[in-house]
Amino acid sequence: MTDFLSPQEWTAVALSLRVAVWATIVSLPLGVIVALVLARCDFWGKEVVNGLVLLPLIMPPVVTGYLLLVLFGRRGPIGGFLYETFGITFAFSWTGAVLATAVMGFPLMVRAIRLAIEAVDPKLEEAAGTLGASRVATFFIITFPMILPGIIAGAILCFAKAMGEFGATITFVSAIPGETETIPSAIYALLQVPGGEPKALRLVIISILVAMGAVLASEIVARRVARRIAGR
Amino acid sequence: MTLDVSLRHSFGAFTLDAAFEAPAGITALFGRSGSGKTTIVNAVAGLFTPDTGRIVAADTVLLDTARGIDLPASRRRIGYVFQEGRLFPHLTVRQNLSFGRWFAPRGAVRADFGHVVEMLGIGHLLARRPGRLSGGEKQRVAIGRALLSAPHLLLMDEPLASLDDARKDEILPYLERLRDGTDVPILYVSHSLAEVARIATTIVAIHNGRVIRAGPAGDILADPDAVPLLGVREAGAILTARVVAHHADGLTELSVSAGSLFLPRVDAEPGDAVRVRIEAQDIILANSAPEGISALNVLPATVTAIHEGEGPGAAVGLLAGTDRLLARVTRRSVSGLGLAPGSPCYAILKATSIARRDIGAL
Repeated sequence: MTDFLSPQEWTAVALSLRVAVWATIVSLPLGVIVALVLARCDFWGKEVVNGLVLLPLIMPPVVTGYLLLVLFGRRGPIGGFLYETFGITFAFSWTGAVLATAVMGFPLMVRAIRLAIEAVDPKLEEAAGTLGASRVATFFIITFPMILPGIIAGAILCFAKAMGEFGATITFVSAIPGETETIPSAIYALLQVPGGEPKALRLVIISILVAMGAVLASEIVARRVARRIAGR
Repeated sequence: MTLDVSLRHSFGAFTLDAAFEAPAGITALFGRSGSGKTTIVNAVAGLFTPDTGRIVAADTVLLDTARGIDLPASRRRIGYVFQEGRLFPHLTVRQNLSFGRWFAPRGAVRADFGHVVEMLGIGHLLARRPGRLSGGEKQRVAIGRALLSAPHLLLMDEPLASLDDARKDEILPYLERLRDGTDVPILYVSHSLAEVARIATTIVAIHNGRVIRAGPAGDILADPDAVPLLGVREAGAILTARVVAHHADGLTELSVSAGSLFLPRVDAEPGDAVRVRIEAQDIILANSAPEGISALNVLPATVTAIHEGEGPGAAVGLLAGTDRLLARVTRRSVSGLGLAPGSPCYAILKATSIARRDIGAL
């Protein structure tokens, strides 16, 4: 790999992987909970929550990045609190890139998991109840195994989105090589320099491969969901 | 072990107000679709909470709205066989069957796994997943799953409704074995009187959310007054018979208290006791012993009661030996023959009018 990529490119690839993995891991538990709530609970304001979750998918990424900067910047209401209490900084650090990419990938993840949950017949959970299983046991023995492929598909989509996220990340944490310069930022930077195009090509190919791999993997998993729910 | 149910719930225009007791054996909740049967069963299972009510099974109070008791479904120890099976698609048949056992309390009286599997004939399916089982196989697995959860009570909501006739015939003997081979009371929802007559020990007839008739199956099915309530076309009494011999011409001879019956080959061994359902409309009445007719079965009987409806028909209750019969004839015939309670008469039955499904284990 290091022969094929220059040290600078390799840094960008490694950083992107690190950011995407963390973004996926951090948002997964919350994604499952939010998907469960949206799929199974009815409450006042549910549509608002749904809208908030989906917002980053529809808003211009630069707006999402700007809002993150306002909220999580060192002087922002949340960022300031976190910095003063725990010493955590997001602005211009790789953790900020994790936050930005997680927020952008979250809607895709929640959607995939929610669809999987909605495909599970609640009558099966009722049946588990009549057989003596508590709600928690029912979730882990019946619901969770049936939605697991959906969770995996959601995680893959979130990971791919995080690998490719550009607008919100560069707005929130800029593109500092080795700290916040992910693959898309690096491509953008290379394209700004005369003669940088051939160099950008390798990163472009990597991006395409990652995206293709993610889409294929999530399709395969989705097919397994269908088979599992049909009980074959 | 009995089940006591008393419920009241208002669904706007429809009010459910039912109380009944289910002793050991199969208690059939019988009624048309929309009469409230499934709601009652769901309330017993804990899947539905009525406005007011009290449900007690095997001395355990499952629901008592007056005292604020409402056990969750998972703690009621009630096996529920749903109309659509509801097997867990991602688990094998063996895991489905074992599911309830994982949660049965320690020390519960457990049905033996091998015994249940053998009784239901599902041993060859254990390693499979439910997706490719036939409808009848699925229902047998569902029955086994409920039975193996060590329940105090079994609920069955139209377990045969989604099956074709061949599959129904496949499962009915298993239900009879279940009734006779376990002491778990069964609450069985059905809208088919033939099915109820075949397997029920007790009948609770529901109409518009109310109990209109309840009692031992033999009494209710032979009661002329119950005919309009249960359905004129399907009405018919059950009588108990013993298989005497299978004859070379394909007929089986059975002995009943008033004489012999000859019916098309019955699936039972000589000596076996069977219950035979005879539809009221298949019986012809005569006030003298007929001669020169093709019908093979003529039983001397006495009229016990007559129910005349608003239409041209009448339901006539009969006692033949110690067995009760029910005949549906016209009011014109009742007056033409001069039938009244106490009149002697002859009940005539064509051998071929009895379907194989009308004969079951006692």
